[in-house]
Amino acid sequence: MALAGRTAKWWARLRSPCPAAAPICLLPRLPAACERQYSSRGKEKVDMSTYAVESIRNFSIIAHVDHGKSTLADRLLEITGTISKTDRNKQVLDKLQVERERGITVKAQSASLFYNHHGVNYLLNLIDTPGHVDFSYEVSRSLSACQGVILVVDANEGIQAQTVANFYLAFEAQLAIIPVINKIDLKNADPERVEKQIEKLFDIPVDECIRISAKQGTNVEKVLQKVIEKIPPPQCNTADPLKALVFDSTFDHYRGVIANIALFGGEIQKGHKIVSAHTKKRYEVNEVGILTPDEQQTHKLYAGQVGYLIAGMKEVTEAQIGDTLFLYKQPVEPLPGFKSAKPMVFAGMYPVDQTEYNNLKSALERLTLNDSSVTVHRDSSLALGAGWRLGFLGLLHMEVFNQRLEQEYNMSVILTAPTVPYKAVLSSAKLIKEYGKEEITIINPAQFPDKLSVSEYLEPTVLGTIVTPHEYIRKIIPLCQDRRAVQKDMLYIDEHRVMLKYLFPLNEIVVDFYDALKSLSSGYASFDYEDAGYQAADLIKMDILLNGNPVEELATIIHNDKAYATGKFLCERLKDAIPRQLFEIAIQAAVGKKVIARETLKAYRKNVVAKCYGGDITRRMKLLKRQAEGKKLMRKIGNVEVPRDAFIRVLKRQADK
Amino acid sequence: TPRPQWPYCRQRCSYCSFNKYVVPAVDEAAVGACLAREARTLLRLSQVQRWVRRGGAPRGCWDPSAAARSHPPLSAPQRHLCLLRRVTLEANPSSASAPRLAGFRAAGVNRLSVGVQSLDDAELRLLGREHTAAEARGAVEAARGLFPGRTSLDLLFGLPGQSRDAWARGLEAALGLCDDHISLYQLTLERGTALAAQVWRGVLPVPPQDLLADMYQAARDTLVAAGFRHYEVSNFARKGALSTHNLSYWRAEQYIGVGPGAHGRFVPRGEGSRSREARVQTLEPNAWMREVRSRGHGTRKRVVLSPLEQLEEVLALGLRTDEGVPHQRWGRFSPHLSLEAVFGAPGEALDLQRQGWLVLD
Repeated sequence: MALAGRTAKWWARLRSPCPAAAPICLLPRLPAACERQYSSRGKEKVDMSTYAVESIRNFSIIAHVDHGKSTLADRLLEITGTISKTDRNKQVLDKLQVERERGITVKAQSASLFYNHHGVNYLLNLIDTPGHVDFSYEVSRSLSACQGVILVVDANEGIQAQTVANFYLAFEAQLAIIPVINKIDLKNADPERVEKQIEKLFDIPVDECIRISAKQGTNVEKVLQKVIEKIPPPQCNTADPLKALVFDSTFDHYRGVIANIALFGGEIQKGHKIVSAHTKKRYEVNEVGILTPDEQQTHKLYAGQVGYLIAGMKEVTEAQIGDTLFLYKQPVEPLPGFKSAKPMVFAGMYPVDQTEYNNLKSALERLTLNDSSVTVHRDSSLALGAGWRLGFLGLLHMEVFNQRLEQEYNMSVILTAPTVPYKAVLSSAKLIKEYGKEEITIINPAQFPDKLSVSEYLEPTVLGTIVTPHEYIRKIIPLCQDRRAVQKDMLYIDEHRVMLKYLFPLNEIVVDFYDALKSLSSGYASFDYEDAGYQAADLIKMDILLNGNPVEELATIIHNDKAYATGKFLCERLKDAIPRQLFEIAIQAAVGKKVIARETLKAYRKNVVAKCYGGDITRRMKLLKRQAEGKKLMRKIGNVEVPRDAFIRVLKRQADK
Repeated sequence: TPRPQWPYCRQRCSYCSFNKYVVPAVDEAAVGACLAREARTLLRLSQVQRWVRRGGAPRGCWDPSAAARSHPPLSAPQRHLCLLRRVTLEANPSSASAPRLAGFRAAGVNRLSVGVQSLDDAELRLLGREHTAAEARGAVEAARGLFPGRTSLDLLFGLPGQSRDAWARGLEAALGLCDDHISLYQLTLERGTALAAQVWRGVLPVPPQDLLADMYQAARDTLVAAGFRHYEVSNFARKGALSTHNLSYWRAEQYIGVGPGAHGRFVPRGEGSRSREARVQTLEPNAWMREVRSRGHGTRKRVVLSPLEQLEEVLALGLRTDEGVPHQRWGRFSPHLSLEAVFGAPGEALDLQRQGWLVLD
């Protein structure tokens, strides 16, 4: 059996000349089902002292979405014996339910791999990263703990928008880059073409590329070897005082905060007293270990190594991402922290009932610990009570967050329409005094100041990069123009494909631009964007009314030009999203007092759940109860019952319904 | 009220989701004996008497003499059971020939409900019914001859592809044929039935909501104009020919379910209990028979109904009838809180009253 064979070979090699004297207790990895037995509660610990700094490689895999990062990670785990080789290994590092369901990586996971090359035992720390445009923040965090990256490009698709974005992230961080061309097993693969693209765009010579098939395992071992050869070991010294960077953390109900750390100097073990540079609080280390990819305890962690730490932190704020940890009485210069991620989409989140407020509060705290790219502000609304306005990196991020809230914390919430952070330059002296400054940021539509008090409204913009085969240009350009975008650049990256750069108002792309782009280009076009400052805009606030009552969660701030179209769209979609009731419902979009769009939902005339025939009453009572439960999930606006997630239903793509 | 359930059919209709079994041969005598045995046991347990309704959507493919055999045991031990006032049989037109019906009448049946469903042959085929329109007519006429003023017929509307006109025609035909009681049901597509599968696959159209509403309204108007009283959501009667049996059901009185899959609501006073229970008998006929033979009855599940649950049932069922929920009945189940106390206070119920959906007097 593959695993046993590998393990035996290791042990044989490990017993050969090795500097450290301590006996090795390397545990063989068992298939996922048995992992619990070898959790960090197990008695045997891994000895990390055998890995000198020179034998350590910290690297990430970066790529465009679906180019095969996670599959490559699976293969690497298999080859190094970290997991056994079975057919069931699919995206092993994607642990979140929502990740597995959607087939995406949301939260970067790490794994420590052991590999022997030319007689030397190497410790390879791999960090899997998300490919979706929303999660680029996670990528830069992971990169700070690495010295090199494997850049994966699909041999069929070639370089895509995110390939470029991630490359620049790595390049700017001065990391070694190993280009890998994946999916060579597919019929339409054209690795030669891709190699040329890489050379042209990234200036990396063709002979440095490795052609692999992660699915089949072809040449994957070569990748490992290249990692060892080309990626430098971390520049640090165990003799230095402890200096550890917290680059991620998870919250465990029983064990508290588990911080992912990368050691830049020194060593750390159970019993050490450490201090957080940020909070100045002192902790005692309970446990250290590595991730393989599940937690495995070790005696110590040494400089250059990556692993986890449990030190009795209970509060979510105690393990700040970007924080530096050092030993008590041995302070060090803190590592440069991270600049906080810029949220791109804001949505209000309110508990269904005010009695749930505290539960939601703690659920949010826990979830944001594991997802620190979400910004949280307290907010309140007349209709919905006390809640929060959360900032997300994108619409997918928001949907995933909501799903995780439901799945992992069992919380159902009311979500309001997405908005972006607008600004207004106030002209009313009174308001300037009230806010304390002339330029304010408007996150909640309720805060939208009236036109009379404002000299200028500003909207955030982004510079978007679209990479597409040239035959779709004639459809994509009108799409961008329709979104009030201004073309900034257009160049051919090879004979077939064009890269377009457009300046977009952020709110035009936040909801469904990506989907529209994908469907216009049959999926071939890719999109990425970065913040590009603010520009002046003609903004208004649009309300949605049901029988005259405003639906607060659907109020939006939009550009005047788009008011009618958006209003009509919202009304039509709402008509489908709201169940018919005993009376007619007038759905209207209004700007101030002026109604700009309207739909009418007819009353229902006969109860759908009539069920008139004879039969066990119990069955009928169950149906009635289920109806009653369903109603509890509704919000009442005036006397109209509206589903709690009305706005998501309204905005979701038709196919998803 | 004992309600024996006969679980066997010759074939399954395309929309049927009841606890029915199609088997090549039925030992009617054995089943009949078990029914009788279970009925006796449960009657003793519940101390319920009054009347019997045999069948329960599907219909007597039963040998009348078998019926007779299960009757006498009912009346023997309890003397007041000779006052068996109403014995209703639900029958399929295909097994309701005049001689058979006469046999049933001799055995003590005094009311008949005929499962006509439709008087259009194409519709009957769609429903997978065993009989033709002509046979249905014949059965109803025979029934009216033997049970005058005590014959009911069942009709289904809202069939996939059925037009308003087709329904109007069907109603006219039924009116020309019927006695003094009609039960009207909207076809409901249940998961797992052949008809539902056809609709969901797109082979048959889904009846639109508004059309169903129109059909129901039209039926109501037509029947009321013909002198019927719309006394329950699905039931119409004239000249006082109400189904007192079913009324007991909607009035949350007690009834025992006998036979596989039958359900009941009663207080097992025979055990000394004072609480009303919801009961269901074992579904599968063979298993049921074994249980009846070994311990006298095949009750699979019994759940004590909490006061709230009982009140919910009283309300849900009572509101189906035109008499609603009388104060007296409510008082039996809720001695401390009157109807006014519960529904007269500000809240959803009061709002519904103001809007004209509920009446409290």
